[in-house]
Amino acid sequence: MNKIHVNTSVNGDNLEFLCDPRETLLDALRDRLNLTGAKEGCGTGDCGACSVTLDDRLVCSCLVLGVEAEGKSIGTVEGIAEGENLHPLQQKFIEHAALQCGICTPGILVATKALLEKNPDPTETEVRYWLAGNLCRCTGYDKIIKAVMDTARDLREAS
Amino acid sequence: MEYHKPGSFEEATELANKNAGIIRFLAGGTDVLVQLRSDIITPDVLIDMKYINGVKDIIENDDEWQIGVAVSGAEMSEHEKLAQEWPGIIEAMDLIGSTQVQGRATLAGNLCNGSPAADSVPSLIAAAAQVSITGPKGVRKINVEDVPIGPGKTSLKKGEVLSAIHLPKRTNNQGDAYLRFIPRTEMDIAVVGCAVSLEIKNEIIIKARVSLGAVAPTALLLENAAEKIIGSKLENKALEHLAEEASKACNPINDKRGTIEFRTHVAGVLAKRTAKIAYDRARENK
Repeated sequence: MNKIHVNTSVNGDNLEFLCDPRETLLDALRDRLNLTGAKEGCGTGDCGACSVTLDDRLVCSCLVLGVEAEGKSIGTVEGIAEGENLHPLQQKFIEHAALQCGICTPGILVATKALLEKNPDPTETEVRYWLAGNLCRCTGYDKIIKAVMDTARDLREAS
Repeated sequence: MEYHKPGSFEEATELANKNAGIIRFLAGGTDVLVQLRSDIITPDVLIDMKYINGVKDIIENDDEWQIGVAVSGAEMSEHEKLAQEWPGIIEAMDLIGSTQVQGRATLAGNLCNGSPAADSVPSLIAAAAQVSITGPKGVRKINVEDVPIGPGKTSLKKGEVLSAIHLPKRTNNQGDAYLRFIPRTEMDIAVVGCAVSLEIKNEIIIKARVSLGAVAPTALLLENAAEKIIGSKLENKALEHLAEEASKACNPINDKRGTIEFRTHVAGVLAKRTAKIAYDRARENK
């Protein structure tokens, strides 16, 4: 089967890869570009572990084809920290122990970053609904929600 | 699997018409990719609609709204004027899946996937929405209720593709609403879905359309149920008659999420609740 050449931008870097048309963006990120931050949980758009942004829109990368990345701008968890400096969300997740096994964490970080950019002052209910598509089987969510609310507060005070 | 990016609906139609095997059109991909990944349906030809001009546009004309086939649920919810005119359609679409799914899922895809439980479909039927279908013989326009013909099946013929969704423009004194029952609060498939759209004059309902989802092989347009509330101020008696007609129209499946008896009963309850919300919205919308 002929592979398709795709030009895309990931975390601001222009990249290219060859992929089979059936291959998902998640597989392309992990297997072609060696960006293994996005995780495969369910592979059917239910768990959110593969969350990335596609032209600033939060999506499940398992429900996007690699070929659909052509000309798009992708954001993954690898682009959240600036060098050695963790993003405030990442700091707060550590402080609040908002992760255990960590498989869901990259997706949750990408999802919450997208939320706070859209809505810097969300209610707890809004955070819970926004993250309804990010499943976590360890934490019981409470620490995640607290970390997000705490980050939002800090970012608002800092701005 | 071949992957194509046609630049026009005519080109898409030609591709679909000349190729044999399984053809799928790709918009948001939240059904097509799940089926592909689960080895339920592997298309021989996948036609990506997103490179066609205008498919991401929500256009307001004098007499109608035109919604492009690749407009996502999130983009609809963010469109203030559309959300104000058609809150029922927006709330129905917004119930589908997570934030991530909302970033991709489309009205056109929800309709063409042919699920009897598709949330947006009853809301479109109640709204008297129409769709343009482009095919080898040109463009035809049909009512949304004529698109699904059974679970996973639509009336679209080989080579035909949905090319736009048309909603009427709203005038004052009109309102719509959608409610669904699911066993939990989020992220589930409708056990029953109900949409009502109506118009009032001096508080009396002069026009109404009622639609139910997930209680028959396709979403239903309930003309008899609508007649029960036309001419009323939605008094208890009218509501009871509406509920009776809604339950009577049900022909549901029995499954783990709801028995036949339960779905039939809930259809009546939801019809009453949905009609009340639509009525209140019409009264507020002066």
